[in-house]
Amino acid sequence: MNRNRTRLLGVPYIIWVIGFTVIPIFFIITKAVTDGEGAFTLSNLTAIFDQLHRKALVMSVSLALVSTIICIILSYPVALILRSSRFKRKSIILFILILPMWMNFILRILAMQMIISNNGIINHILETMGLAPLKLINTPGAIILGMVYDYLPYMMLPVLNSILSIPEDVIEAAKDLGSDSLHVLTRIILPLSLSGVGSGITMVFIPSMTEFVIANILGGGKIQLLGNIIEQEFTVSMNWNLGSGLSVTLMAFVLITSFIFGRHQEDTAAGFAI
Amino acid sequence: MAKELIRFENITKSFDGSSVLKDLNLSIHENEFVTLLGPSGCGKTTTLRILGGFESPDSGRVIFDGEDITHLPPNKRQLNTVFQKYALFTHMSVAENIAFGLKIKGHDKDTIRDRIAYSLKLVGLEGYEDRAPSSLSGGQQQRIAIARAIVNEPKVLLLDEPLGALDLKLRQGMQYELIRLKEELGITFVYVTHDQEEALTMSDTVVVMNQGIIQQIGTPEDIYNEPQNAFVADFIGESNLLDGIMVRDCLVSLNGLEMPCVDTGFGENNPVDVVIRPEDVELDASGAGQTTGTVTSIVFKGVHWEIRVDSVIGITFLVQTTEHFPVGSKVGISVDPYNIQIMNKPSREDEQVFDQDEAPQGETYES
Repeated sequence: MNRNRTRLLGVPYIIWVIGFTVIPIFFIITKAVTDGEGAFTLSNLTAIFDQLHRKALVMSVSLALVSTIICIILSYPVALILRSSRFKRKSIILFILILPMWMNFILRILAMQMIISNNGIINHILETMGLAPLKLINTPGAIILGMVYDYLPYMMLPVLNSILSIPEDVIEAAKDLGSDSLHVLTRIILPLSLSGVGSGITMVFIPSMTEFVIANILGGGKIQLLGNIIEQEFTVSMNWNLGSGLSVTLMAFVLITSFIFGRHQEDTAAGFAI
Repeated sequence: MAKELIRFENITKSFDGSSVLKDLNLSIHENEFVTLLGPSGCGKTTTLRILGGFESPDSGRVIFDGEDITHLPPNKRQLNTVFQKYALFTHMSVAENIAFGLKIKGHDKDTIRDRIAYSLKLVGLEGYEDRAPSSLSGGQQQRIAIARAIVNEPKVLLLDEPLGALDLKLRQGMQYELIRLKEELGITFVYVTHDQEEALTMSDTVVVMNQGIIQQIGTPEDIYNEPQNAFVADFIGESNLLDGIMVRDCLVSLNGLEMPCVDTGFGENNPVDVVIRPEDVELDASGAGQTTGTVTSIVFKGVHWEIRVDSVIGITFLVQTTEHFPVGSKVGISVDPYNIQIMNKPSREDEQVFDQDEAPQGETYES
């Protein structure tokens, strides 16, 4: 009886998964391997090799890669500072880090647009100081800034969690055996926090790679990511088959990435409890 | 006596305003097995951490082999630590764990391999080089932690309750292994525990601590048979801890019952603490003895019976005997003069600490 009741609890999730994951994926894959008349074709999948699409994929991967690396580099110092026993106000710092996540991410990107646009806050300050304005918006750098701004907490939390969960006596043992601080960092803290980095990569690299809203707002439509092309195929060109084909290709890319980095992340899955 | 290797000089340490060590002075000699014993919060672990370099004292000095190492970081000290929870590097194999210190010292590959094999042999885990620490049992992990420490040939091995996480049978086995290891390696062991049995089994010297103050330093036999104050008597083993009046040399009065003893120099008619070990109280079914009493409880403890006797002089004695006395029976009670231990009532600060921390009479102290 107990077991049946437990099974009953799973029903809403089964409906959810079927309705919002299984059926859509089925439709996307069906669309991807057919043409407008419904005949079987692989051209939508091979379309990724077209010059325009290839360029967009390379741009997507590069921007996602750079954003992810910046997130990792920004996460470590914070995690190490928060780990140090001298630092007492861990919860306040954590709160400040998480705070932006409470706001809708498109609003955050729109705010960023206000700051870096050609007549935005930064250029306004430069102007009053008598300096030449900078071209910040509509560059790859602007998109990277937006991605880092949006996704940094998703890297910082698992990295922080994995670094905080290294027992103090393991670090003391390394020192006891003759490690200086740098050696402790490279031989103990870095390898033991890789699981957090793995989780972080999955949650920063993958959404960055499929990103199109940030590119639309901060890239001004001038920089085409694969996500933008897919969006246009569905909403402007109305070529759902091509859009689906590119989606499936991107999905394959995502699956490979998460397979590579997903192996490390089991232990930090609980990291979001913080 | 062997050469002095470590000396703590006037060490004080407090955390967040509460004093943990109060003017600690202690000498540790070469090839000595020293155990710091006491309840939690007595400062034993802090003392070990100061020696390991993980804490620095507020004042005082630590001298190691004639050198002041008070402010030397842990990685520069010629000693290694075995931690309570093993603290193995889970991302490395057993061999990599053990090689960690050797690689830092820059030994060549062949030397490292030989020393790994030798240290694994010492702890009885030959052939475990390629195993992952997480695949080993608690006892095996602790042996690896010991191998990882001793492979560096430290002058002193620090052990912070290393058997605390193991089950009873394994703990007892490891006690003998540690004694054997110490003999084979010929190095100094500084061992921290709250387990008095562990301390008595392994140590050359036991340092009993309470509330940041050393209560007594001595061999296990001294500590057990000649406790210097009520705290030590109560902490080490079970005991009847009684209030007495020293009538004159070799005669003590317990609630008016005068009992001959062998202690002298406590003056006349002075209040004293009297310790009688439960195994030293003799009962007689026929009622013969220095006084009499009624058995109120009897519990089987395996090797002996544990009996409580309400005596006619108003004292409840805890007795351990291999004979069975039924509850309610009248028995004679007597104690050999040699088995009555007389101690001064606390008059100095380091003895008074017991008053704040007193355990129920006749109970072992659980920390």
